[in-house]
Amino acid sequence: MARAAVPGRLGERLRWRVATVLERRRETAAAVSIALDVPGWPGHLAGQHVDVRLTAEDGYSTQRSYSLTSAADGSRIELTVQSVADGEVSPYLAGQVAVGDLLELRGPVGGWFVWRPEQDTPVLLVAGGSGVAPLMAMIRARRAAGGRSPFRLIYSVRTPEDRWYLGELRRGDPGLDTTFLYTRSAPDGWPRPPGRIGAADLRTWGWPPDFFPECYVCGPTGFVESVADQLVTLGHDAARIRTERFGPTGG
Amino acid sequence: MTVISPGFRGRPRTSGHRLPPGQYETRDFPVLSAGPTPRVAREDWEFTVTTETGDRYRWTWGDLLSLPAERFTVDLHCVTRWSKFGTSWEGVSLDVLLGTVQSASDYALVSAYGGYTTNLPLADLLNGQAWIAHRYEGADLPAEHGGPARLLVPHLYLWKSAKWVRGIELTARSEPGFWESVGYHDYGDPWREQRYQGD
Repeated sequence: MARAAVPGRLGERLRWRVATVLERRRETAAAVSIALDVPGWPGHLAGQHVDVRLTAEDGYSTQRSYSLTSAADGSRIELTVQSVADGEVSPYLAGQVAVGDLLELRGPVGGWFVWRPEQDTPVLLVAGGSGVAPLMAMIRARRAAGGRSPFRLIYSVRTPEDRWYLGELRRGDPGLDTTFLYTRSAPDGWPRPPGRIGAADLRTWGWPPDFFPECYVCGPTGFVESVADQLVTLGHDAARIRTERFGPTGG
Repeated sequence: MTVISPGFRGRPRTSGHRLPPGQYETRDFPVLSAGPTPRVAREDWEFTVTTETGDRYRWTWGDLLSLPAERFTVDLHCVTRWSKFGTSWEGVSLDVLLGTVQSASDYALVSAYGGYTTNLPLADLLNGQAWIAHRYEGADLPAEHGGPARLLVPHLYLWKSAKWVRGIELTARSEPGFWESVGYHDYGDPWREQRYQGD
């Protein structure tokens, strides 16, 4: 059974903290990466998330969970927020929050969908849309640790304009293979016609089951259900497939 | 210190339903689980209750369907912050299944096909609070929502309502299940916002 991911007194770790926005970086037309300074941040593992709490002037408050996208780096953390149409929190975070603003958050939370630098087996990351967020944290944590376990990322997006972290993924890392799949429209001359991810994609761009990779699948529910089922059908051990479902629900 | 976000308004405050703290209403039925969806054939399905003395009670799919079923409509609250109101189910009350079981235990460790586990006090499974549900909104329960059958304990956060339920072990002490052992709350009352250990 998995253990608590980051040790420490829970009351302390799950206390609400005040974070300061350090930087905003646009990833796509709808998505923005936000770097935050969180004094007293206890550190985190790639794949964990935080709860963000927004409070309106009349005292109404609401919370959402966002994946951490950065490797542990002192008091600095990063999130990427995709603005969801008629969402409650994401349009505010993606559109209105400015450098210097304060936000409340707590975490890190979640000890199952995590990658630890000491893991040395091959890793398959399968992302659908904004599901790339916690997987990017794994890629960055591997880089920060000088990790040598081979990684493959299969990243399905609607169109080329929907790719997050494009410059960084293009620069790449030794031992990381990245494959983009497009469901609506592909770049000119792209060999694979646009379409949903299928078993052939996972067989071609993933690892064979007899390499015993750890598989991390994150994206919308339909995507995750389909990919996880196909990995099992291809012969991957269900116990090595970790899933996290993201939805635009509620935003 | 509460941080006010200037310009943040949030949703209109006039929902007709009562939401637990920190939750928002959704009208779809999001799916959350830690791994692939297990596929369990009804002819292979069984549900067991094991007591602290090792006694084992077992029901096949046919046994389950032959027991008196209830139709009930409940609200669901997921720790990932969505709540869904007025969901309709059909299933067998745990009062029926546990009615003849001899046990002095106070806790239950629920296990599911696929290896998932979750724990809760036995009292929360009794007195009309919990069901083994096999139909949702008038149709067989789909696999991604826990079919053939799932536990439903709607007064606790939904991770306690194990999908693909396979059995219940009655124990003298509380033994943490899957999420409970990685930092989620032992009890998980949405009205007291018991999301994580220490809440």
